[in-house]
Amino acid sequence: MSRLVTDTMVVAERNLVRITRAPDLLLAFTVQPVMFVLLFVYVFGGAIIIPQTYDGYAEFLLPGIIVQNIAFGGFVTALGLNEDLHKGLIDRFRSLPMARPAVLAGRTLADVATNTLSVLVLLVTGLIIGFSFDASPLEILAGFGLLLLFGYAFSWVFALLGLIVSSPEAANSLGFIAVFPLTFISSAFVPVESMPAALQWFAEINPFTILVDAMRALWVDQPAGNTVWGAVAWSLAILAVFAPLAVSRYRRAAGH
Amino acid sequence: MTNVGAQGAVGSELAIRVRGLRKSFGDVRALDGVDLDVAPGTVLGLLGPNGAGKTTVVRVMATLLKPDAGDVCVAGLDAVREATALRKQIGLAGQYAAIDENLTGLENLVMVGRLYGMARARATQRGRELLERFELTDAAGRPAKTYSGGMRRRLDLGAALVAKPPVLFLDEPTTGLDPRSRLDVWKTIEELVAEGTTVLLTTQYLDEADRLADTIAVIDQGRVIANGTPDELKDRVGGERLEVRLSTPGEAPVAARALARMSDEAPLVEGDAVTAGVRKRNGVIVEAVRRLDEAGVEVDDITLRRPTLDDVFLALTGRVAEVTEDDENEEAAA
Ligand SMILES: Nc1ncnc2c1ncn2[C@@H]1O[C@H](COP(=O)(O)OP(=O)(O)OP(=O)(O)O)[C@@H](O)[C@H]1O
Ligand SMILES: [Mg+2]
Repeated sequence: MSRLVTDTMVVAERNLVRITRAPDLLLAFTVQPVMFVLLFVYVFGGAIIIPQTYDGYAEFLLPGIIVQNIAFGGFVTALGLNEDLHKGLIDRFRSLPMARPAVLAGRTLADVATNTLSVLVLLVTGLIIGFSFDASPLEILAGFGLLLLFGYAFSWVFALLGLIVSSPEAANSLGFIAVFPLTFISSAFVPVESMPAALQWFAEINPFTILVDAMRALWVDQPAGNTVWGAVAWSLAILAVFAPLAVSRYRRAAGH
Repeated sequence: MTNVGAQGAVGSELAIRVRGLRKSFGDVRALDGVDLDVAPGTVLGLLGPNGAGKTTVVRVMATLLKPDAGDVCVAGLDAVREATALRKQIGLAGQYAAIDENLTGLENLVMVGRLYGMARARATQRGRELLERFELTDAAGRPAKTYSGGMRRRLDLGAALVAKPPVLFLDEPTTGLDPRSRLDVWKTIEELVAEGTTVLLTTQYLDEADRLADTIAVIDQGRVIANGTPDELKDRVGGERLEVRLSTPGEAPVAARALARMSDEAPLVEGDAVTAGVRKRNGVIVEAVRRLDEAGVEVDDITLRRPTLDDVFLALTGRVAEVTEDDENEEAAA
């Protein structure tokens, strides 16, 4: 067990060091969401009718767009693992006497660090353009924790994706195809009630809706219902399903 | 069919012992019953044409691939049942350099050392030693993506040596190296073997196998088709090689037919050259000239020499266009 912890830390450190060597990637993952926030608030913001309980579109949007961004955070994992697979690094790791899950656990742990950074960047952007918390410090922190937990669980989905697909390009387009509808057909950008019936049905059971609603409950004092516990449950369920799948795939991964 | 080496005695005395190893990928039979023995502190050279199964053998022994059948025992440990323990005893440098391009040379080696279970300080010290050994000290602090192909290869080899493993697997370790780096790698391998390391190396270069290998196994289509010391293999091919260079390349088949009676096997044709194995030395050149003259073939140059491993390889795998003595001695291969 202590081997798992040290090996995971070694791999996480490696992945964080490499980000500083390829800062363009980091830039893409922080500048792009900021651009989205600005586009949504200033282009669509005026046209989207939001419930009276919100103080403007920025307050409605920010929890949603942060959630979307967290969902995309795992892309670094999918691309990184796929590259490692093709460069033969996974072969090297698998020939070493290291704890089996450590390569994936270290990779997904590194995502928690980059996710923290991008949540902070988005929050600062939001605060500048009119978002404000309506929450106690504890609720703010709980919101942070929930985002990072969900992001961590979702990184394991991307870990599996990165080990299955044949190229980083495929990981990229498959990831987008999966994540875009999931985040857009949710309460992240528009109220679910404004969608056609079929989409509304999907949006209501979509875990992203549950997470977004939970974030709004925690950060801007909207009615919570069961959403906070629902989001925690979803995170744990995703983790419980995808972490073993990804590790078992890793055991059989072939480099070339 | 397969020929187990002289030391094929008890498994525990061998550093590597493989029996009946089979592995298929879908319809492709990559390994079709491979037997290998490697004594501790020796080098086994695994030779074979592209697609013969060399990398697959290495991947099974390095615990990366589960065999379909057979026993694979490395350093006294079963590669399937005791894979975890075995990983502490082996070092692997795969066919393609496996390094993290965004880390520096030193960071790469330190990472591998720590994943072998070393403390950071110990791994750093070991990393510096290896960078020194492979003349990468000047580049130690640079991201590996700025390294040349040969430097990456050397760094990769360094990574395989981090834990001073008693058994090393090197898959084409000098492919892509310049002649000087090749010599350096050869020297390093010789030093390691002198210290008691057992090495299994695959190579496309027969001079490399000739220089480094104590024993050689030639594999083709997933089977060991010959093994022994380099000298044994050369002897097996036949005493001497008669090499004839023709003035007109088009006459090569005629020349080959003319020389066929002097040789036990079919002469090999390669462009304007015909090579035949002959048993005795005396009078061979005179007889050859006479036969070629009778056949009306004009000769540019004619020599007699000891066989090289190239001859062994070609004779065994038949990878160079072979004159088919269709109507005479041999049946066409199925
Ligand atoms: N993962 C795989 N999936 C499908 N076929 C494979 C796989 N790995 C190897 N093969 C096939 O198995 C056979 C042996 O391949 P292997 O890589 O062991 O050959 P090799 O002797 O190392 O060749 P080379 O000299 O080109 O490196 C080849 O026919 C190859 O196509
Ligand atoms: Mg190979």
